Amino acid sequence: MSRPTSDQQPRPILLRGVRPLGGDVVDVLVSDGRIAQLGATLDAPEHALVVDGEQGVLLPSFVDLHTHLREPGREDAETIESGSAAAALGGFGCVHAMANTSPVGDTAEIVEQVHRRGRRAGLVDVRPVGAVSKGLAGIELAEIGNMARSAAGVRVFSDDGHCVSDARLMRRALEYIKPFDAVVAQHAQDPRLADAASCAHEGELSGKLGLPGWPSVAEESVIARDVMLAEHTGSRLHVCHVSTAGSVEVIRWAKQRGIDVTAEVTPHHLLLTVDLLADYDPVFKVNPPLRPHEDVLALRAGLADGTIDAVATDHAPHAAHDKDHAFADAAFGMLGLQTALGVVLQAMFADGRPVDGFGWAELSDRMSVRPARIGRVAGHGRPIAVGEPANLTVIDPDGRWRVVAAELASLSSNTPYSGSVLPGVVRTTLLRGRPTVLDARLAVAEALDGHDDFDDLVGLSR
Amino acid sequence: MIRHLLSAADLDLATATTLLDSAEQMFAIQHREVKKLPTLRGRTVVNLFFEDSTRTRSSFEIAGKWLSADVINISAKGSSVSKGESLRDTALTVAAMGVDALVVRHASSGAVARITEWVQCPVINAGDGTHEHPTQALLDAFSLRQRLGELRGRHVVIVGDLTHSRVARSNVLLLATLGARVTLVAPPTLMPSGVASWKCDRSWDLDDVLCGRAFGDVDAVMMLRVQRERMSGGYFPTEREYAIGYGLSPRRLALLPEHAPVLHPGPMNRGLEISSAAADSARSIVLDQVKAGVAVRMSVLYHLLAGDQQPAPVLEEAVR
Ligand SMILES: [Zn+2]
Repeated sequence: MSRPTSDQQPRPILLRGVRPLGGDVVDVLVSDGRIAQLGATLDAPEHALVVDGEQGVLLPSFVDLHTHLREPGREDAETIESGSAAAALGGFGCVHAMANTSPVGDTAEIVEQVHRRGRRAGLVDVRPVGAVSKGLAGIELAEIGNMARSAAGVRVFSDDGHCVSDARLMRRALEYIKPFDAVVAQHAQDPRLADAASCAHEGELSGKLGLPGWPSVAEESVIARDVMLAEHTGSRLHVCHVSTAGSVEVIRWAKQRGIDVTAEVTPHHLLLTVDLLADYDPVFKVNPPLRPHEDVLALRAGLADGTIDAVATDHAPHAAHDKDHAFADAAFGMLGLQTALGVVLQAMFADGRPVDGFGWAELSDRMSVRPARIGRVAGHGRPIAVGEPANLTVIDPDGRWRVVAAELASLSSNTPYSGSVLPGVVRTTLLRGRPTVLDARLAVAEALDGHDDFDDLVGLSR
Repeated sequence: MIRHLLSAADLDLATATTLLDSAEQMFAIQHREVKKLPTLRGRTVVNLFFEDSTRTRSSFEIAGKWLSADVINISAKGSSVSKGESLRDTALTVAAMGVDALVVRHASSGAVARITEWVQCPVINAGDGTHEHPTQALLDAFSLRQRLGELRGRHVVIVGDLTHSRVARSNVLLLATLGARVTLVAPPTLMPSGVASWKCDRSWDLDDVLCGRAFGDVDAVMMLRVQRERMSGGYFPTEREYAIGYGLSPRRLALLPEHAPVLHPGPMNRGLEISSAAADSARSIVLDQVKAGVAVRMSVLYHLLAGDQQPAPVLEEAVR
């Protein structure tokens, strides 16, 4: 299967009848990778590919700050190509690939390799995240400068999967990144309060089920320490997958104080609660763990009022045999890329309509604009205006789709949503003016060139 | 009757009572010369133990054999994860051998419940992580009934490492179902999270509870084993301090009313949670518990495996 490459000139595309940020219906002409024209009714140039937008919502394509692509090392669970396909189908134009691969992404060579394979797959921009510490061991700084200066141009550093728990190392990392305009993305989990065995929110249910508890304070105390370190160093701190009401409070306070901190929340922490663990099904085993309903409400409010800057998927594919264990022994994580939009809509919109001040503009801000800014990603999260790069996605807001785990583009199928119906269908995704998704199916450039219809589109149906 | 026995919560009052009543009939055969019933002839029971426990495994093995079942012990020691095989594969492999019932012990909470998703035969939880050990609760209830008669309204005190105790979880559930009152006593570090919602009272002061000042007269006290590996978790400062605060010393034994027995699931740490004076006193029914274990497990195997096919009179005839 060949992918679009950047040196081929794409055909012009006319998106007919779309609603930027859910506003008035317009036509959008895309040419040479940019938005060329916006207008009530535009004429299609010769050879243009005309896509009926069906009054769908047009947004800048999504940017994920937190994706596990598993390559190199666990290509049985996911590859850069399969993860890119899942991302494009989910409406993403850019994903940040976490460094906890095997080998760990802690040198320029490895992050460049990930970057290169992302380009070869050509479905989304793959931005490698660099490790903060060598081997994610939390002892010595990794070669942050070399990764930042490499062709991959790393701007986000994280030991995700592990917490940078040593306060001195965290301080040094925050100081060291300053010349590179980078950010340290912290997986906040005090390893003494919630060790590697801790797998369920510490509370009534963990006590009843006899599962090792993961208390909220293990996250909150690290965030509290880190925002003070960020203030002390004057550096940028990003907090990964915030999961508790207390964490939202700490971040809100830090922002009011003027500390340069941003935060993300996963779609699953906006929707799912700890009660789902009652049957010990490891599909619900994530890190940080699912929390009680009060926390979920606080996370939604934090996302709505902007205290939480971004939705990040924490897409964590796992081979079935890594989940076919007792709850405590199974791997942490669930798929996230292809279901992200649906889950966020389910959590943040009532009956398909925005509530509590959270609408399409806010969704676009939290899933594209701010994550692109946090990751310092050029060309993404841009306004929908003439001259801007055409990294776009069209969503049918009234569409519904049934999640079938086996039919997702990911090589793994560890999704808790299999069988359920999610709102919002990603109809079209453009990466620099080239379609990666058309008619809600993966598009291959070759098939498009020289054909006026979509019959030859190769689809990975959702 | 129930299909699996995973949790003491699976047992309603009628089911628990039936199991305990049948266990009494089973108990009687232990005093016969030939301790064998034909009830489960031709049936195969597999003890699938992912975690060592000579005590529990032997008890299930004897129970199965006295019912004439073929009992196979499979030790899957070391977690299946460390061996590289998934729990699912292990369970399917064993079940494919034509097993009629699985008795499973596993170091992870919920592992036994997980297995029921993959196999067809009845599954009995012989202890899963820090979750539950329902047949232990049944044998404790059986032993208490022998000493105290009807358990409704009786007050049982459970003392020790409650956070990590599957015995405590199962006992709180079953004793509540049987109408007994339970008080849990432990230092705050060893109280499970969410314990406030459990059907029991709680205290940090053992003396207060044993002398009846806190929650009324005590009818039985159950001491739990302190797992020495917990010491490194910082749950309490020293063994000495634990013994002074929560050990059943001779002085504390004397606080108990005359009729109240002392239970312990074993093996005991003498001098830590229980003094030798208490362990060896006439109050101690530790060995009665072991004896009851076989009878209770015979009853559980009988009801899960033969309960539907064979009417109760067959059992009674066989016992006679
Ligand atoms: Zn993480």
